[in-house]
Amino acid sequence: MTPPLLLRGGRVIDPSRGLDQTADVLIQDGKIAGVGTGLGEPDGVEVRDVRGRVVAPGLVDVHVHLREPGNEDVETIASGARAAAAGGFTAVCAMPNTDPVTDNQAAVGFIVRQSVRAGLTRVYPIGAISVGQKGEQLSEFGEMVGAGAVAVSDDGRPVASGHLMRTALEYARTFEIPVADHCEEPTLAAGGVMHEGLVATRLGLKGIPAAAEEIMVGRDILLAQLTGGHVHLCHVSTRGSVDLIRRGKAQGVRVTAEVTPHHLTLTDRACEGYDTHAKMNPPLREAADVAALRAALAEGVIDCIASDHAPHAYDAKEAAFDDAPFGIVGLETAFGVAHSELVLGGVLSLPDLVRRMSTAPAAAFRLAGGTLKPGAPADVVILDVTAQWTVDPTAFCSKSRNTPFAGRMLTGRAALTLVGGRMVHEAEARAGR
Amino acid sequence: MTALGKDLIGLEHLSADQIRLILDTAEPFKEVSERPIKKVPALRGKTIVNLFFESSTRTRISFEFAEKRLSADTVNVAASGSSVQKGETLVDTARNLEAMRIDMVVMRHPSSGAAGFLGDRIRSNVINAGDGKHEHPTQGLLDLLTIRDKHGKIEGLKVCLVGDILHSRVARSNIWGLSKLGAEVGVCGPDTLMPRGIEELGVCRFRRIEEAIEWADVLNVLRLQLERMEGGFIPSLREYYRVFGVTAERLAQAPRELTVMHPGPMNRGVEIDSRVADGKHSVILDQVTNGVAVRMAVLYLLAGGRPELAEAAKGPAGGGPE
Repeated sequence: MTPPLLLRGGRVIDPSRGLDQTADVLIQDGKIAGVGTGLGEPDGVEVRDVRGRVVAPGLVDVHVHLREPGNEDVETIASGARAAAAGGFTAVCAMPNTDPVTDNQAAVGFIVRQSVRAGLTRVYPIGAISVGQKGEQLSEFGEMVGAGAVAVSDDGRPVASGHLMRTALEYARTFEIPVADHCEEPTLAAGGVMHEGLVATRLGLKGIPAAAEEIMVGRDILLAQLTGGHVHLCHVSTRGSVDLIRRGKAQGVRVTAEVTPHHLTLTDRACEGYDTHAKMNPPLREAADVAALRAALAEGVIDCIASDHAPHAYDAKEAAFDDAPFGIVGLETAFGVAHSELVLGGVLSLPDLVRRMSTAPAAAFRLAGGTLKPGAPADVVILDVTAQWTVDPTAFCSKSRNTPFAGRMLTGRAALTLVGGRMVHEAEARAGR
Repeated sequence: MTALGKDLIGLEHLSADQIRLILDTAEPFKEVSERPIKKVPALRGKTIVNLFFESSTRTRISFEFAEKRLSADTVNVAASGSSVQKGETLVDTARNLEAMRIDMVVMRHPSSGAAGFLGDRIRSNVINAGDGKHEHPTQGLLDLLTIRDKHGKIEGLKVCLVGDILHSRVARSNIWGLSKLGAEVGVCGPDTLMPRGIEELGVCRFRRIEEAIEWADVLNVLRLQLERMEGGFIPSLREYYRVFGVTAERLAQAPRELTVMHPGPMNRGVEIDSRVADGKHSVILDQVTNGVAVRMAVLYLLAGGRPELAEAAKGPAGGGPE
């Protein structure tokens, strides 16, 4: 058993208890043993002076793609968990669009085992809604939950059939898991590679209209209302979606939603010059959408930030825009981007950001974590919110490098990440500090 | 660096002066094609690859004639039967071309941005012969030259593009080129074939062909690709002709003498009436003739040829590129 650890004198932020004060945090037997001022030092304790740092519940990312099984060249559960730890995450949820698809208890169990073997950030599997993500027959939710799945999703593909979405929401109620949907009306989005707007017109690229997302957001909210199920909307990108979610929540519908750091900070103009690192699905939208997403996050209409970490081979993005795959990696830049743009940009307070990256996503997916309450697992991140660093993809722990934030100067990063009291990441005092 | 930069990717990023330079440089090259021996030594010793990932007859032949009349050595590569069909990526294609030390690449590709992608990765000059729905700059230039020949100017003219603007690279190159040279640009077609935000590029929007005909000095009628009907953008070719076809009857209502252009290949009886295509308003074959001259000018300028020497370059003993 690891010796007890006393984090001395940090700014302790715990949104689960409305805490933001200078205090000590004692970790013992993998759990939070106490939070307070002037805590005593048990025998054999390791004391760390964390004055000037922020001690917070570890970050939780409910939407990552770790590519194992099937595409281990670009990411594995171990490399993804290492990237997550470096980004300050103590738990991530792995989407099931692997090869083969994670649509049964054996496949779910494999991910759990690989996560345990890696011994880093916790990796929770998300099972597929439909067998093979084909959008036809429901997967065995019960067995997958029994093996460790925390949600179901066909992410990467929209659930085209309204009937399938309805039955998934109904059936998931027994297991108290969210049904996470990638909202995209397939006939409207077909062939699209970026946001439909003036930039797409100039570049001659096929657009994906905002309505393609909003139609499905609206459908899913109505079906959640109909069934009483919990729908979780992945990577919301448009102002119209925000309005629909706000209305749904006001009516008491069980809807939660996530937004990515890139949709909060970039617009379709990033696609100019056919930069394939700006190619993602849903696409980067317009400035008015970014403003609406930021306001919705501050308001709580959007519950949490999720990275949609999507690794791709180094040469896959080295292609014409039409031919490049969608998606970017995000685990190692998520906090830095969000802190630099949202906290330093005056959109959110730091405690609010911790809530949106830890407490709220843990609550939405009913995961342990997101709190520093005594007795809770010691999933903790120590943040250095003054550290200035430049995004250097070659230094990523992830196996992949596909990011639009390369070269960007960010402020704030994880200094230390603890999972169950065990240190899984410590930032070296790099140049640039 | 040449007066045009390294590559010709589109007209959007050219200045009005650069566009005028190309048109002016094309003038002396027109005469070369009228000679019994249609050859000048301007690009002697240069190697050019015509790399066509999409089928093309007119553009490919036009480029090839332009190259041969400038005495360049040319190789044609079509996507079918090449390593491209065997799954080679564009990057690998580019690297292989580079390794063969060629001087210029003329490329047509189905993906928007492909020409710029290639140009950024190889030292050779790249000329975009059409990339997806993005641009077809030499078509835009030959359209400009044809309008200038016919009207003696471009500034102040009203030019309306008719048809499928959404999928048309010719439309985009025309919009940039015409706007930069001071023409007023209109677009006319059904909303299903109109890209979002097109008005923000500074063009007038017409939903009825009659209104466009009343407004315009020049109609540039775009090809309606037959797959657009299968894609559900229009109900039928028959109806398209009824509603948007440029017919002799409609032209007869025009308040002024209209010039009618078409980048080809035409669908007679779909977007254009045969009587119009073959009639007195049509400059469609002049466009084809000018295509060779404009492409000669572009090749010459990108190879480093000095514009003021173009006149001399066409002489048998004339100086080649610097």
